[in-house]
Amino acid sequence: MLLIHCPYCEEILPELEFTYAGEAHIARPADPSAMSDGEWRDYLFIRSNVRGPHYERWRHAHGCGRFFNAVRDTVTDRFLTTYKAGEPRPDLSSIKETAE
Amino acid sequence: MTHFSALSLLKNALTGHRSWTPQWPESQPKAEYDVVIVGAGGHGLGAAYYLAKEHGITNVAVIDKGWLGGGNTGRNTTIIRSNYLYDESARLYDHALDLWDGLSQELNYNVMYSKRGVMMLAHNVHDVQSFQRHIHANRLNGVDNRWLTAQEAQAFCPPLNISPRARYPVMGAALQKRAGTARHDAVAWGYARAAASRGVDIIQNCPVTAIRRGSDGRVTGVETAKGFIRAKKVAVSAAGNTTVVMDSAGVRLPLESFPLQALVSEPVKPIFPCVVMSNTVHAYISQSDKGELVIGSGTDQYTSYSQRGGLPLIEHTVAAICEIFPIFNRMRMLRKWGGVVDVTPDRSAIVGKTPVPGLYVNCGWGTGGFKATPGAAHTLAWTVAKDDPHPANAPFTLERFTTGRLIDEAAAAAVAH
Repeated sequence: MLLIHCPYCEEILPELEFTYAGEAHIARPADPSAMSDGEWRDYLFIRSNVRGPHYERWRHAHGCGRFFNAVRDTVTDRFLTTYKAGEPRPDLSSIKETAE
Repeated sequence: MTHFSALSLLKNALTGHRSWTPQWPESQPKAEYDVVIVGAGGHGLGAAYYLAKEHGITNVAVIDKGWLGGGNTGRNTTIIRSNYLYDESARLYDHALDLWDGLSQELNYNVMYSKRGVMMLAHNVHDVQSFQRHIHANRLNGVDNRWLTAQEAQAFCPPLNISPRARYPVMGAALQKRAGTARHDAVAWGYARAAASRGVDIIQNCPVTAIRRGSDGRVTGVETAKGFIRAKKVAVSAAGNTTVVMDSAGVRLPLESFPLQALVSEPVKPIFPCVVMSNTVHAYISQSDKGELVIGSGTDQYTSYSQRGGLPLIEHTVAAICEIFPIFNRMRMLRKWGGVVDVTPDRSAIVGKTPVPGLYVNCGWGTGGFKATPGAAHTLAWTVAKDDPHPANAPFTLERFTTGRLIDEAAAAAVAH
């Protein structure tokens, strides 16, 4: 079972308290009617599906109930960091150093 | 290639089984192939076989980063069925089922296809309505599927608990009698042996690191751990790792990779006559010919390439199995493992051409690729050979995610399948 740090509760808790909510930092289109079918496809269906550090959203469903973001290595399933929603995407090289 | 028969078995038995020969050679890559297939699972090996047999294309290599059949082909729960809702799926999966029928004879290799029947349990009113809708849709498509009452379901599968006080009451079941199981390893080995005997090179332990394209955009070959291999056409059939390979060709696919877990019990005497699936509580179970109960669970919630998955899912699945089949309460589990499955947004596969000339893809089979093995292989080979899809895989294009013509089995089943 994954152990996940909730950046709001400041606690490391078991995965069962959380729900996964897909890739992070995918912005809703600002002008939907101007988008082509190809752009809609990219927004709705195309995900990076990274083999390695992956930016993703989680929700602390059985805790504070809030969404937050995480960087997790999809090969080892190890969390490199978690951060609050709305914060900028952390730089990979710096979090890798801290994680190590 | 040694032809397997009662006579060859007897002859080798008399000589102490010392003169069996390897079933396929240890191939090293040539400089150039007509077709390179990335991924030596059942789908990729089968495609190589059909390319050689039906289209006369024998200058083919199947390349895998590990050993053949070591990915999802060797990790699934070996269930074969075709009771899908939509017309497109019914055609493709029933095409596969037709090929399963004669596969052992065709390959001269016993894939142990056993039509023991797949029974899907309905636990609530929604299940009943949804399964009956499936049954009617299947009947219109000429696909075998019928409704059983709870009593009939128990008669078909005696260990089933149909007590009205059960935690998961059984309100009926949908039964596809033509469905069943097959020996997954034998499918990979049978295709590998038949393909190799027709001149196909099977190159194992050789990761493909990138797909190369020429200045005109066409595929020129693949970069591998054993150097660059030129190829006129490349077909990628790499399951959970498909996007990693396809990204290098500049083709982005609507796929995410999730862990899917399964487990087996200690082997016991024959007790379980069929396959039972319960989508609502997310467990499925059958008994292998070796005697192990083979149990499958759902996908983990997060994407991962770890081939592991979390224990909570196993716990949930086994708890459900114990409720539905109380007789298995004290059964000991031997092993659990995970595979990485490539899931599309509509839970239907993508088999066909890509925007890159000479590059083809077979992916997105998600949690249900084994049953489709001969069908996927056959239609992929057809598509590669003719540069045009077979009628059965024609709707399963990559373009459907742009045009919106989805084949939405996700909404139809509401679970992994």
